[in-house]
Amino acid sequence: MLKITNLHASVDGKEILKGINLEIKAGEVHAIMGPNGAGKSTLSSVLAGREKFQVSQGEIEFNGKNLLELSAEDRAREGIFMSFQYPVEIPGVSTVNFLKTAINEIRKYHGQSSYPPGDFLKMIRQKMELVGIDNKLLNRSLNEGFSGGEKKKNEIFQMAVLEPMLAILDETDSGLDIDALRVVANGVNKLKRPENATIVITHYQRLLDYIVPDVVHVLYDGRIVKTAGKELVAELEEKGYDWIKEEVNRA
Amino acid sequence: MIGIEKINADFTKLFKEGSALLEKGCSAVMNVCRKEAIEQFVKLGGIPHKQENYIYTDLLPVFEKDYNVVLKYIRQDVDINEVFRCAVTDLITDPILTVNGWWFDRNICSELPEEVVICSLKEASLKYPDLFYTHYNQYASKANQDSLIALNTAFAQDGVFIYIPDDVVLERPLQIINLLRANGDLMAFQRNLIVLGKNAKATVLVCDHTLSEQSFLMNNTTEVYLGENAYMDYYQVQNQHMGAAQINSLFVSEQRSSVFDSNIISLYGGFIRNNMYVSLNGEGGECNLYGMYILDKKQQVDNYSCIDHIAPHCTSREHFKGVLDDMGVANFCGCVRVRPDAQKTEAYQTNNNLLLSDAARINTKPQLIIDADDVKCSHGATIGQIDEEAMFYLRSRGIGLDEARMMMTFGFAHDIIQHVKLEPLRKKIDSLVEKRLRGEISKCNNCMLQCNK
Amino acid sequence: MDNIIEEITGSEYKYGFVTNIETETIAKGLNEEVIRTISAKKEEPEWLLEYRLKAYRKWLTMEMPCWAQLDIPEIDFQDLIYYAAPKQQEAKDWEDVDPALKATFDKLGIPLTEQLALAGVAVDAVMDSVSVKTTFKDVLAEKGVIFCSFSEAVKDHPDLVRKYMGSVVPYTDNYFAALNTAVFSDGSFVYIPKGVRCPMELSTYFRINARGTGQFERTLIVVEDDGYVSYLEGCTAPQRDENQLHAAIVEIVVEKNAEVKYSTVQNWYPGDKEGKGGVFNFVTKRGICRGENAKLIWAQVETGSAVTWKYPSTILKGDGSVSEFYSVAVTNNYQQADTGTKMIHIGNNTRSRIVSKGISAGYSSNSYRGKVKVAKGCQNARNYSQCDSLLLGDKCGAHTFPYLEIENSTAQIEHEATTSKIGEDQIFYCNQRGISTENAVGLIIKGYAGDVLNKMPMEFAVEAQKLLQISLEGSVG
Repeated sequence: MLKITNLHASVDGKEILKGINLEIKAGEVHAIMGPNGAGKSTLSSVLAGREKFQVSQGEIEFNGKNLLELSAEDRAREGIFMSFQYPVEIPGVSTVNFLKTAINEIRKYHGQSSYPPGDFLKMIRQKMELVGIDNKLLNRSLNEGFSGGEKKKNEIFQMAVLEPMLAILDETDSGLDIDALRVVANGVNKLKRPENATIVITHYQRLLDYIVPDVVHVLYDGRIVKTAGKELVAELEEKGYDWIKEEVNRA
Repeated sequence: MIGIEKINADFTKLFKEGSALLEKGCSAVMNVCRKEAIEQFVKLGGIPHKQENYIYTDLLPVFEKDYNVVLKYIRQDVDINEVFRCAVTDLITDPILTVNGWWFDRNICSELPEEVVICSLKEASLKYPDLFYTHYNQYASKANQDSLIALNTAFAQDGVFIYIPDDVVLERPLQIINLLRANGDLMAFQRNLIVLGKNAKATVLVCDHTLSEQSFLMNNTTEVYLGENAYMDYYQVQNQHMGAAQINSLFVSEQRSSVFDSNIISLYGGFIRNNMYVSLNGEGGECNLYGMYILDKKQQVDNYSCIDHIAPHCTSREHFKGVLDDMGVANFCGCVRVRPDAQKTEAYQTNNNLLLSDAARINTKPQLIIDADDVKCSHGATIGQIDEEAMFYLRSRGIGLDEARMMMTFGFAHDIIQHVKLEPLRKKIDSLVEKRLRGEISKCNNCMLQCNK
Repeated sequence: MDNIIEEITGSEYKYGFVTNIETETIAKGLNEEVIRTISAKKEEPEWLLEYRLKAYRKWLTMEMPCWAQLDIPEIDFQDLIYYAAPKQQEAKDWEDVDPALKATFDKLGIPLTEQLALAGVAVDAVMDSVSVKTTFKDVLAEKGVIFCSFSEAVKDHPDLVRKYMGSVVPYTDNYFAALNTAVFSDGSFVYIPKGVRCPMELSTYFRINARGTGQFERTLIVVEDDGYVSYLEGCTAPQRDENQLHAAIVEIVVEKNAEVKYSTVQNWYPGDKEGKGGVFNFVTKRGICRGENAKLIWAQVETGSAVTWKYPSTILKGDGSVSEFYSVAVTNNYQQADTGTKMIHIGNNTRSRIVSKGISAGYSSNSYRGKVKVAKGCQNARNYSQCDSLLLGDKCGAHTFPYLEIENSTAQIEHEATTSKIGEDQIFYCNQRGISTENAVGLIIKGYAGDVLNKMPMEFAVEAQKLLQISLEGSVG
């Protein structure tokens, strides 16, 4: 589904990603872990198409398409969803209106007609139940005045509505208490399908207790320095990142 | 400034020559004020020119057109009720029409509680001399340094009079529909007086429209008196054509524990000047002024406000937002004054602007004059563009660039619209604003003429 | 609470003494003859006299501005002396300086002996209309830095003076600028050549001494490409019942990549507790960031004067140029201040920042008046303004009058203002932790004004802070 080859990216002239190689197939859950400043968030931003980041080298192929040629919205329409570490507040735009616009634009992109309004509301209600979010959030301004947990739940709810091929969860666990974390993780697990894939970006193992990854990558200094199965999570939790840093520096 | 001098001379001449017509049918109170006002107008040097309160407003282009002034009521040749249909169809109101500043002779105000008085100002001046004596020109004189207000007092003959006695609560909103319709370019004056007794409650919706394509200059002044614990929810939707100029002044006198909520939505018009003066005279008074303006082409909207905290323990909130495109010019001047005795005042004022084009211009002047120490006051103003981070968020959900910008702009404006408590009206304004931002409507959407000027 | 206010506002002005020294003055009054006399006394070239006369004639056609939130009694400009000088003219050597003058500046804490000087500060001392002594001239000259009195500059560097004088503040600018240009007496001149970082702080100390005189000084600072200077002015005056007039002009030219930091500690006599006497301070200060990436920083601590009318401004002409304005203005008793800044954005990517902290006590009135203008063709201008007012007592006023004029859609402008008072709960909390009320107030004020005080040159920051505390002594609640 996703193939990243030798990806180099920089921000404000400073190189952050220094040659990333990564392949993700449908149905897989990949965890990308790493210490602060390793480039985790840069990677998710580059995948989602944030213009602040310049890609100087490398390729990203998504379902046979060159992702780097697509604008941020077209990537979303192709099925990439990023759950923001810090969801943006948009005063005056209600969540429901926001989602309706998004879904219809995505449908239009694929040559489909608008979602019938009645069905749309039905679908929204279903997804709300699935994720377990409060009805009231729908008509409030997007993320405005939401608590940290509400914001993250809202991200997962949006993911449920937009049904992406590839979901990137960028530090979704940050700032969540254990109950909110469980709700968010539950939502993600319920949405898992054989044809979809998920990237979980995180600093801690906490979230990975609930969303069990098939593959774990360690990102350090702009490169993936270690790739293993889910047993790596426990090892990192126990030993921290220092041994990986040492390993890399020794090499 | 030969232009201005000539205009000023024309006004005094018109006053002199037209005095018989001007005074006809109006009470002595009105006519005495009228005479004093023209003197004040002359004393102030005529229409404002480079005065602090009009520092960013060039009135010459507004006044220099060759307008007709009609000093008596001309009966309309059609039934305005037929010509004009309110676009907010699911809002049930008691409509009151004015045409070119005059009370429309076929207004029907039935179904209102008996003691409530709604009639022509002229008529009221004779019928209710006590009310008139107590209130007429008492609040407008607060702006005795503004010669445009003096001009209104000097020339206005008619308008709407509303009296809601103590303890009366109006169920339905009153809708004052000010229409402009003429065969030639027209300058008109209108004067309204609204008095709410103790514990009275009313919602007033004012709609300004043009029904013909001539140039108009409307000078409209409204005085509002809110008795103890009275509540008024005031809306004004301004939707006129490019050739229309409007000087709209609102004076509110609030007594103890009264509340005045207001939303002024400037959707369209060539030149709009809104003056708002609110005096908080009694403890516990509250005033919320919200406003929004959307400008393109060569439109100009000025919002001038002065909130005077005279009594302690009052609260005022003021928030105006504007979206400026093309060569639009917006001026905002908000003055919050806290008098020495007005301790425990809370006053907040904000003005935010979104500039969409390089030719658009904004001047903003948020002012605080604080003479009491135990107060919470703040003001802020911003001028900026659409937040890039938010744009990215929208785009990452598949929303295209233009649509995302539209949504952001709409959200920016909605911040104000959400204060509209009448749901059908809020929905209508929302949709008008959305259409407006998409460029789908120009001016009076509901104007039958659809002249598209 | 009230007596705390009384107590803290009650302190005396320390600098109110008069120096007994022989002074040469001319007769009261203002006319072309007076201007010719001033010019002749200073042995000025013809062009300068002509310039003064032009300004005078312009002034006659102008009216005193009245838009400020100030209540100023009518000033009789014919009842003032326009030239007063200590008999002894500027001394070359310290030994030659009149002992009375020495004593004056010693008492003010301004050492004119280089040995005693604050490390790294050169001083130009101006008493009434003339410069008394400039220190460290030679050291500075080695680097090519010119630091001398304005009169000297007219004689020794006429080309520079002629080129820049009036280029930033033309005499037509306003009423007081015209008046100053007509009758200015002396002031300081600073020239920093290309690539030179001035090795020490430069400072001018202004003192009004003689009775019934106006002080009209001019300062001109020119910094060429890549140059740097930090300049400080301080001012005091004796305690007199009558009002004294001070109308100054400061012009600053900042070229490409150059930087100027201009700090003021203004402590003119503020008048007594009943509002009698005090200096009327009308100052036009303006700088232009002419070259790319030029930078101009204004920092001011204003505690003195009966009336302050002052708006240090910057024209941001060079692309990428930056200006900052930091101000603490304290008014007490019957003082009135109307002060602020103007930031005129013309060049692309220009940035400005305004931090204004007003503190009002007693019966005083304290206004911030500021303008931020972004010209039509100016891309990506940024401004952030913060104007806070602190009220001590319920008889004083705090006013905020910002003007934002924006003609370009790429501008990002933000203005914020708040008004607050020192809460009894704050004081109580401090008291409860063992801090005296006096110190609690000092602490709170320091916290409130800290952003600005931090911008003052180190040597003066302490001084400025003390001054704040003294000005408000006994006044806070």
